[in-house]
Amino acid sequence: MLLIKCPWCGDRDEHEFSYGGEAHIVRPRDPEKLTDDQWADYLFMRKNPKGAHLERWVHAHGCRRWFNVERDTVTHAITAVYKMNEKPPRSSKT
Amino acid sequence: MSQQTYRLAVGGHIDRTRPLSFDFNGKRYGGYVGDTLASALLANGVHLVGRSYKYHRPRGVLSAGSEEPNALVQHGTGGATDPNFRATQVELYDELVAASQNCWPSVSFDLGAVNSLFSRVLPAGFYYKTFMWPKAFWKYYEYVIRRAAGLGRAPDAPDPAYYDNMHVHCEVLVVGGGVTGLAAALSAARADARVILADEQCEFGGGLLGAGEQIDGMSTDEWVAQAVAELASMKQVTLLPRSTVIGYFDHNFLTIAERIQDHLGPMGTPDKARQRLWKVRAKQVVLATGAHERPMVFKNNDRPGIMLASAAQTYVNRFAVKPGNNVVFFTNNDSAYGAALTLAEAGIKVAAVLDVRAQPTGRLATKVRDRGIEILGRHAIAAAMGKKRVSAVEVMMLNESADRLIGTARKIACDLVCMSAGWSPAVHLFSQSRGKLKYDANRSCFVPGDSVQAERSAGAANGTFSLAACIVEGHEAGLAAATDAGYNKNASVPKAPVRQEIEEAPVDPLWLVPAKAGEHTNKHFVDFQNDVTAADVVLAAREGYRSVEHLKRYTTMGMGTDQGKTSNVNALAIFGQVLGSDIPDVGTTTFRPPYTPVTFGVLVGRDVGELADPVRRTPMHQWHESKGAKFEDVGQWRRPWYYPLPGESMQDAVNRECLATRKAIGILDASTLGKIDIRGPHAAEFLDRIYTNGWKKLAIGRCRYGVMCGEDGMVFDDGVTARLGENHYWMTTTTGNAARVLAWLEEWLQTEWPELKVYCNSMTEHWATASVAGPLARKLVAKLTSDIDFDPDNFPFMSCREGAVAGIPARVFRISFTGELSFEINVRSSCGRALWNTLMTVGEQYGITPFGTEAMHVLRAEKGFIIAGQETDGTVTPIDLGLEPMVSKRKDFIGKRSLSRPDTQREDRKQLVGLLPVDAREVLPEGSQIVEKVDDKPPVPMIGHVTSSYYSAYLERSIALALIKRGRSRHGETVQVPLEDKVVPAKISAPQFYDPEGVRING
Ligand SMILES: [Zn+2]
Repeated sequence: MLLIKCPWCGDRDEHEFSYGGEAHIVRPRDPEKLTDDQWADYLFMRKNPKGAHLERWVHAHGCRRWFNVERDTVTHAITAVYKMNEKPPRSSKT
Repeated sequence: MSQQTYRLAVGGHIDRTRPLSFDFNGKRYGGYVGDTLASALLANGVHLVGRSYKYHRPRGVLSAGSEEPNALVQHGTGGATDPNFRATQVELYDELVAASQNCWPSVSFDLGAVNSLFSRVLPAGFYYKTFMWPKAFWKYYEYVIRRAAGLGRAPDAPDPAYYDNMHVHCEVLVVGGGVTGLAAALSAARADARVILADEQCEFGGGLLGAGEQIDGMSTDEWVAQAVAELASMKQVTLLPRSTVIGYFDHNFLTIAERIQDHLGPMGTPDKARQRLWKVRAKQVVLATGAHERPMVFKNNDRPGIMLASAAQTYVNRFAVKPGNNVVFFTNNDSAYGAALTLAEAGIKVAAVLDVRAQPTGRLATKVRDRGIEILGRHAIAAAMGKKRVSAVEVMMLNESADRLIGTARKIACDLVCMSAGWSPAVHLFSQSRGKLKYDANRSCFVPGDSVQAERSAGAANGTFSLAACIVEGHEAGLAAATDAGYNKNASVPKAPVRQEIEEAPVDPLWLVPAKAGEHTNKHFVDFQNDVTAADVVLAAREGYRSVEHLKRYTTMGMGTDQGKTSNVNALAIFGQVLGSDIPDVGTTTFRPPYTPVTFGVLVGRDVGELADPVRRTPMHQWHESKGAKFEDVGQWRRPWYYPLPGESMQDAVNRECLATRKAIGILDASTLGKIDIRGPHAAEFLDRIYTNGWKKLAIGRCRYGVMCGEDGMVFDDGVTARLGENHYWMTTTTGNAARVLAWLEEWLQTEWPELKVYCNSMTEHWATASVAGPLARKLVAKLTSDIDFDPDNFPFMSCREGAVAGIPARVFRISFTGELSFEINVRSSCGRALWNTLMTVGEQYGITPFGTEAMHVLRAEKGFIIAGQETDGTVTPIDLGLEPMVSKRKDFIGKRSLSRPDTQREDRKQLVGLLPVDAREVLPEGSQIVEKVDDKPPVPMIGHVTSSYYSAYLERSIALALIKRGRSRHGETVQVPLEDKVVPAKISAPQFYDPEGVRING
């Protein structure tokens, strides 16, 4: 069970959170202008890396805020936690 | 009662002033407080304690701890019974009742043992191979096998005990309370760290309990007592005996199953929990879990009376029990000589010590030799004799390379065989922490490799087997853990204990005693619990298995409830020998939680019965109950399903409720509908993006039906949203989706559109809702209000008003889910019951009839209104549902782009239609598959399925909604619905059966 540091509430057990998938996928400004492939890329394609992964979590059973996490998908080590409007840590390779 | 003839006159950690009686397999025995079930049975000379899983061979006690593969018992009776308890861990209490598992009708006369005669036809992979046989055969085998080879019984009544969960934090969690763990806990606690010390036994001291060794001029018992006393005196220390650390999860989260009252049996205190699950978040972990001795693999090594050498030593030292009178030792290392000395000193005749090594030269071996005990170098047990108890062993010499038995066999009579094939560190928790093991060839065992989490292994768990070294390593590990957790003020490791080290000769692994010429190794047991023999492992290798994980699944080696604690290393070493690979190249299997089996009760804790899941009731619930309503669960809500009058069937009641609503007036408790209060200057823009239709032109006081999709274009939820003010909206959702919709709105606002000033709040529980529907609805509500104008011109369909209803401030929505004129009256929850009472009293003159969710479903289906989650399943677009007019072409919304993807444009998509069975009395089961025509043989292509199906009293016939390929262009066609015993023809129609023009909403 992961120990996740909510930027608002501090360290909490994983079971208070819900996972929100890969972070920093921006919704296209004008979807109608996209090709089917471009739209499918936005809709379905995810990085799924082995190693550092930038991902979204929401403190569903706490403050209900969304935020970003950098987590190693091999070791589950959480190397950074930052708010939605913040940039990913420099060290991140993703 | 049988006498404890094998009890030694003195010694042991038992309380001879407190005798106990117990019942095993229906027979009475005596024991003492401090005994385990296994030690008490051995004290009574009982070795035969169970039957093996596959061949039903007689089995005895192998070990003295949690690694026990054989002595599995059904413990307790009635609702308090538990299977798979290890007799070696069950503490004896007065009137304990236990029985052997895996034997029927009795442990001595076992019908299943017939399997044993057929062991040649039940080889490894038997189950898998049988699965591939003609299916008809499997039916037969399954019947016989499942019946014969149970793993205990489930209780047949509710568990009378209760269980607890506990969440705790600590700096250092020490797992294992032997000398290593005690030393670690002392060092960490002296550095002021909060320490939890957990041990699976009832007292601390581990394998040394009762041993006559010396540390620092004290006996080991005195040393342990002193350490425990110091720990107990420190408030930062939590001592948890009878507590097994069962799981090691991410981020140093560990679970401990504490058996608070098991040792008291049914005599325990009923107001205390039986067991408790500790959920620990530890900054640092010290694994001092000790090591397991390995059995030797020889012919008939599973006979009762054959046990691990260290176990025999424990029975003598700790329980004052002689496991036999005449013992033969069989070893490949020096530790068994210590056991031989212990047994000899207890008056047990040591007939011989067989050593795989040619010249055993260690100090202990010398001591044994000095006692006049015969030591046979480079000898092995070729076979054990005796069936329900070992009676003799056949001894032969090994050739130089130890792959052949040579010379003439010599028979040595005995009633006990003690074996030791070396030690395997208990690396299970380290492995669970995702640490990789490494093989130490010098010590012939796997030891922990690099740590992945904040933990360190120490003592025997780390491959360190000498007592003094264990204490030093424990102290160092404890201090290092405290330091890493930020606690190192003035702390230091005490100096190494004074103890004469025993010089040991290295272990010489012999993984498998070769079979005699012309024989096989199919009675050389590797995994006792799952009856896996050396021959099975060899067969797996011969059949092409190369991965140890495949070996495990093919032979079921290590897949018993003991997870192969005593068998894994032997099995993979033999596997490696056959493959010609070194042990490290063969690799190990993965250990998984729990370390030992646990009760479901301790995992679940208090979350049982009423506390398993909250039940949500509306403010009108008691009224429904008082009217005899039947309820249905919708999410966590308990909603009235229908209100049967005396003598009415469900169908009768639903028919009556539907007709009353169509012809006069019905009333529905709609309080459970999700209600979300949405405010902010950008609320209309937000709704525009969430819903498929447009919201910017909705006037204050008006309502609109909306459908929301996922970004994939599939319908997610629907409902009516009203505009209450300039920047104020009231959204309703389906009952089951309320929380999900709110989370969905929040997700978009927080993650994608933080610039939108919109604020959402759940109002579901704040408001109670009564929906009155039917041609007389207006008459009733008008009578109860003075400040709302119910004139149809001033209060048109799809609008809302605020005012007082029955004197209660209310929000009234003129919307309709039944197709009739209807008003949804929302009041504060606390006033819900008062509103309902008034509506029922005043409504009586109009024949007001309460209706439940079933009638609501029928009424809306007659109108063809969908229910999200019933007509939709995450693969249905608004277009599929015929809601094209609601899909805006002028603006973007979530999911819009997906509606022009090739897949959503497919012409053969399933579309919503009505379905009318040709036989109007036939109500199709929901979920039925629909076909064009029924062919003689499969496959028959399916063209759709029934989503909703009811009998409509108003239409006097059955109706259904269905999703059918190209359905909209097929109105009028007949399709077939194959059921179990017949095929029902049905006609496709438009999905509206009642009032398609929509005039009834005006009353
Ligand atoms: Zn939070």
